[in-house]
Amino acid sequence: MAMMDEQSLADLAEHVAEQLGDAVRDVGVAHGQLQMVADKDRIREVLRFLRDDPRCRFVAFTDICGVDWPEREERFEVVYHLLSPYHNARVRVKAPVAEGEAVPSVIEVFPGAEWYEREVWDMYGVFFSDHPDLRRILTDYGFSGHPLRKDFPVTGHVEVRYDEDLKRVIYEPVNLQQAWREFDFLSPWKGEPPVLPGDEKATDEEAGA
Amino acid sequence: MTGAAMRKNGDKPILIMPGEAESAVSATAAHRASLVGINDALADKGFITTTTDDIINWARTGSLMWMTFGLACCAVEMMQAAMPRYDMERFGFAPRASPRQSDVIIVAGTLTNKMAPAIRKVYDQMPDPKWVISMGSCANGGGYYHYSYSVVRGCDRVLPVDIYVPGCPPSAEALMYGILLLQRKIRRTGTIER
Repeated sequence: MAMMDEQSLADLAEHVAEQLGDAVRDVGVAHGQLQMVADKDRIREVLRFLRDDPRCRFVAFTDICGVDWPEREERFEVVYHLLSPYHNARVRVKAPVAEGEAVPSVIEVFPGAEWYEREVWDMYGVFFSDHPDLRRILTDYGFSGHPLRKDFPVTGHVEVRYDEDLKRVIYEPVNLQQAWREFDFLSPWKGEPPVLPGDEKATDEEAGA
Repeated sequence: MTGAAMRKNGDKPILIMPGEAESAVSATAAHRASLVGINDALADKGFITTTTDDIINWARTGSLMWMTFGLACCAVEMMQAAMPRYDMERFGFAPRASPRQSDVIIVAGTLTNKMAPAIRKVYDQMPDPKWVISMGSCANGGGYYHYSYSVVRGCDRVLPVDIYVPGCPPSAEALMYGILLLQRKIRRTGTIER
């Protein structure tokens, strides 16, 4: 089956916006896919409609992502990706969440969401209410912090080594033997001349002098 | 026959340094002579005599069972080295997916903080004498993930490494070269702690 064309996607967007009312806003087509921003407290209702409505039938649950926007008032965004094998279409549902707020878990609509919600919790610290087992999923046992937040230091806080006296692997504060190096892969003999950070200062001084 | 005499008119000269050629020929000759000697001794007396060091080294280098520890894409090259094209078993280097019956552990891939206690546990379960091959940039020093919050900056923080194989990932040939180096190291280190 061919992908849905722009017109039928726009029609579908109109249908979804009409049916869901004020549970969603900004329903439209972006990057060739249906996209909408949902009210996080009504996310179950939105996903259940997208799953069951005969014109949607987004029955395949693809993914949940998190996004950190430190400059926004509602700092995090939880993004649900669904696929409709019946209509060969995909949908992206974004739900903005402020720090410390909880999102209702969608496990009762899509049981496969369980581990993805654990991952979003692990990486961003977004809490999901009514989740049966909201533990960390990827990071180390006893890990502190949420590593994909923009304010998390890339090297983390601890590193491990084997202690010959204690005969076990121990944790210590990070002590980098090799200082941080930035590899920006700018090649001076390819393409446009690169704009290096700090160049603009030289121009300003020349202009001032 | 001298080099000049071997050459026919119009043929390109074969560049072999004189000393190198002689040592290669004499090494082969010595090897052949020793094999003939062993064969004769076995046929004549039914047994051979050698030193304990030699026989233990022979047994150790010729039957290294390796513990697979594939953690990332390096594991694919490690498997490839064991497959028929490179066939590490012809060096007596056979896979044994149990730490309690293996001599070498190949750390192939990114070692994370979460995996570090587990890999040490596996290493501790291996019987002595045991060796460690660190395969690839990530195992050697963290590699691409050197500054990451979740990756051990080199598996030598956790295990005593004997051979480092560089590459990202190293080719199967590079790993095989590392294995030959390990065998050489075992031969040179000697056998019995006195």
